[in-house]
Amino acid sequence: MQIIGDNKKKIFFKSLFIHLVLILVGITFMLPFFWMISTSLKSNEQLFVMPPKWIPTPLVWSNYPKALTFIPFFTYLRNTLQICFFCIIGTVLSCSIVAYGLSRIQWPGREVVFLLALSTLMLPYQVTMIPLFLIFKTLGWVGTYKPLIIPAFFGNGFYIFLLRQFFMTIPQELSDAAYIDGCSEFRIYWQIILPLSKPALATVALFTFLGAWGDFLGPLIYINEQNKFTLSLGLQLFRFAHDVEWSYLMAASTVATVPIIILFFFTQRTFIQGITLTGLKG
Amino acid sequence: MKSQLYISKVTKRNIRNGLLFVSPFLIGFTCFIAYPILASLYYSFCDFNIFQEPRWIGIENYRNMLKDDLFITSAYNTIYYTLLYIPFSLFFGIGMALLLNTKVKGLSIYRTIYYLPTLVPTVAASILWLQILDPTYGLINNILRIFGIYGPGWIADPKWAKPSLVIMGFWGIGGAVIIYLAGLQDVPQQLYEAAELDGASSWQKVIYITIPMISPIILFNLIIGIIGALQYFTQAYVMTSGGPANSTLFYSLYLFRNAFQFFRMGYASAMAWLLFITTLICTLVVLKSSARWVYYGGTK
Repeated sequence: MQIIGDNKKKIFFKSLFIHLVLILVGITFMLPFFWMISTSLKSNEQLFVMPPKWIPTPLVWSNYPKALTFIPFFTYLRNTLQICFFCIIGTVLSCSIVAYGLSRIQWPGREVVFLLALSTLMLPYQVTMIPLFLIFKTLGWVGTYKPLIIPAFFGNGFYIFLLRQFFMTIPQELSDAAYIDGCSEFRIYWQIILPLSKPALATVALFTFLGAWGDFLGPLIYINEQNKFTLSLGLQLFRFAHDVEWSYLMAASTVATVPIIILFFFTQRTFIQGITLTGLKG
Repeated sequence: MKSQLYISKVTKRNIRNGLLFVSPFLIGFTCFIAYPILASLYYSFCDFNIFQEPRWIGIENYRNMLKDDLFITSAYNTIYYTLLYIPFSLFFGIGMALLLNTKVKGLSIYRTIYYLPTLVPTVAASILWLQILDPTYGLINNILRIFGIYGPGWIADPKWAKPSLVIMGFWGIGGAVIIYLAGLQDVPQQLYEAAELDGASSWQKVIYITIPMISPIILFNLIIGIIGALQYFTQAYVMTSGGPANSTLFYSLYLFRNAFQFFRMGYASAMAWLLFITTLICTLVVLKSSARWVYYGGTK
């Protein structure tokens, strides 16, 4: 009896210790969020109070409308969403079509194309950055959203890989039955494979959205007029503007973050599934 | 002979359809990847400022790098950051995943908390951390002050600026943790049971079972991490613009400046190509070495 009791105690303390570490790390990870919100609600004087208060009194909610009018927030939001929308459409369509050709059709050479698609993942953006800029400049696209959107319609190695892995798991019999009924390849793709792949397509759409929402280098290179700025670009401009209080900066950063967090809580499963899908089946 | 040359109607149709389906990628690859790679190789041997036609100057750009102090600084900073960030991020990432994999209660809550920081857009996170790392009013030094410690100048101190960015990088480690965790959950339970029968300690189980079993995922994260670290840009651009005293002038930041602020497109292209080759070599070295430490379960 004594031995069993000791063992139980040992297990209890072990799990207590693990929880303590996890909670401590969790608090450390959450502190920056609290700090961001806390700072965003401080008045100018409160910013320099030592030691700082976590819950400012009074809570200066007016920082938010002020920050959001200082930068034309809603214009930037609309611009960002516009880019996100077209990037999602382009990426989901093109990557699923290409992934279909690399997984559901047997043809010599598809392995070569697949390796080519994978190899693009190792290519630093900086290598193609300058020639791409010159191409888009020649086309007269600099200053428009086209350089940020159009390439999305020609596939992305990472999402092609992800969708290909998913398409491979769909039984071949489904396609065979459709062939016998005289279905064209495109109809099988459109009416059988795509509807069966909704979770994978959702993952691609979600990560494309996140990528486009947070992208900085692309807009930095191609967008020069302030009324065409994206949120990230606008925030950065705000950061370097003179006489900007920390509280406004934090308010603007909070507002740029909150939509993503809300989206995350509604789509958590797609998220987790997507991350594990991308990391594992290599 | 005839039957060998004969290609069935189905095969023909499949080749046509296959090419048709992958054509968006092939077109995109040609226009947005293959041509730009070759063009940038050509520019790297040219004097080129976009206002005039590129002029061939041989390996001059590459030779100039060695004489360029800022280039050397930027390469040093980038290597410093990579060497500091990668080992720590692997260690913490795996460590946190191991703790989460002990059948703890509330796993999904912890997982969510660790993942949330990765969702903050990079520019917003950079601005936030600029505040957190502020020597006087920042969060970190205020917390240290509670314990009577006067913290360093962090992001404002040339000596501490890079470690500051590394610490900030750890905040975004959650994505890797989730990938490791998924890998850990796939490790067959029998292996642990067998080891327990043989009297293995928890530590031995981690070293001899867990780590080898998730080594392909470690390899994946290592490669992705190195590629990402070598291209470190946005945080440095937004937070410090390379300062103080060029201590955060990273390779990609200096490359960007050469291209779009000084319009030294030829020089920037040469830098880009050097980055490309470095990335390839690093990836190949890691992949080569992986034969010795990655375990593929005997299938591959």
